Amino acid sequence: MTDASSHESAIEFDHVSFRLNGRPLLQDLVLSVKQGETLVLLGRSGSGKTTTLKLINRLLLPTAGEVRVNGRRTAEWDPIRLRRSIGYVIQDGGLFPHFTVERNIALVPRIENWPRARVEARVRELLYTVGLSEDLASRYPSQLSGGQRQRVGVARALAADPPILILDEAFGALDPITRSEMQKEFRALQQRMQKAVIFVTHDLREALLLADRVALMEQGRLVVDLPAAEFSRSKDPLVRAYMEAFSGLPETR
Amino acid sequence: MNFLQFMMTNRQQVLDLTLEHITLAGVATLLAALVGIPLGILITRIPQLSKPVLGGANIIQTIPSLALFGFLLPAPWIGERGSRLAILALALYALLPLIRNTYAGIRSVDPAVVEAGRAMGLTDRQLLFQVELPLASGVIVAGVRIATVLSIGLATIAAAIGAGGLGEFIFRGLAMVNNQVILAGAVPAALLALFADFALGRIERLLGTLRLKS
Repeated sequence: MTDASSHESAIEFDHVSFRLNGRPLLQDLVLSVKQGETLVLLGRSGSGKTTTLKLINRLLLPTAGEVRVNGRRTAEWDPIRLRRSIGYVIQDGGLFPHFTVERNIALVPRIENWPRARVEARVRELLYTVGLSEDLASRYPSQLSGGQRQRVGVARALAADPPILILDEAFGALDPITRSEMQKEFRALQQRMQKAVIFVTHDLREALLLADRVALMEQGRLVVDLPAAEFSRSKDPLVRAYMEAFSGLPETR
Repeated sequence: MNFLQFMMTNRQQVLDLTLEHITLAGVATLLAALVGIPLGILITRIPQLSKPVLGGANIIQTIPSLALFGFLLPAPWIGERGSRLAILALALYALLPLIRNTYAGIRSVDPAVVEAGRAMGLTDRQLLFQVELPLASGVIVAGVRIATVLSIGLATIAAAIGAGGLGEFIFRGLAMVNNQVILAGAVPAALLALFADFALGRIERLLGTLRLKS
């Protein structure tokens, strides 16, 4: 099926494996994300989370199986068109250090040749959306705090209003308070935007806060894929191990 | 007759030779930049080429300059005019710093930034011109600076094959055992090199602060 609107899943992994120099990084992954849904990929470093993301925007192609975006195999997509329809947020923003905040946010609209007035209006709108003052528009990333940079990163990803958003440890570099703020704001934002979101993290708390569904990965395999509410009740030993690791908050009273 | 008097009485010739010198070094550096910078970019795209290209440029640097002039002398068209030959030889020497700095500059760009750009849907061309080259520009200009100073210095030897430039005074002074005449060539050549170094250093710093701002 090629018509995107008639297709239920925005992103589908159909028995996907990926090997690098013979080493399997991902094995037989089956996963799908619907429009409006937030899937959190949870797992420790090296579990294959980032590889999974790179297969979505065709920074990598699967060695077996297929990844479909809007019903179409990524191998069939023009990689440039595909990537411009997927917002991408990484740790610390991944901003261009030589671009001002405004130019960073306007990156995709500009290369898509939007008219100038529309780009400017969009940048203002996005600064407001992510809770940044317009005064920051002319600053460079190094003149911002970590939290501000991360907000700019989110604004840049949203600029061309892509239907899909992927975030790789997006809030991982932030201090706990800013991080918690960003998580809440992002959840509210997603409730309004209804995009298909894949959010990679190793933080269980973050996963349970943001996710509609949590997919737990380990050594390139999917361990469980459960609605967030059921995740904490799972009997799977690895899920139990996660729950335990994150329950050990010392009591101070 | 002291040095300053010699300069004053021969000022027209000093000026002519200085201009000739600037032309030799300038054209050579420009030529080397036109070849070296694209070559430096190319070897970041095709890493297998980086060793042979950098190695080749390195080997050229080890050839003594007089010997290189000699090697090129029998070449058709090039060997006919001293200035052509000198420019080619100087350009060959200037290649190494240009290739090396372009390569190192692009390689030093934060891979996370490049990957973010790629993931946002920038084409290879847009990545190069909007991200990699601007971020590498400080290091590339440093390469241009080294190449320019090198060319200005080496261009004095070009007089040995009749290419002109301030080396004329130096060789003439050597033949006449006259220090005044040697200095009339050496001092302006040194001042030229210092001035080029200073001017390009300013540009480099300017690009550096842009990058830092970043």
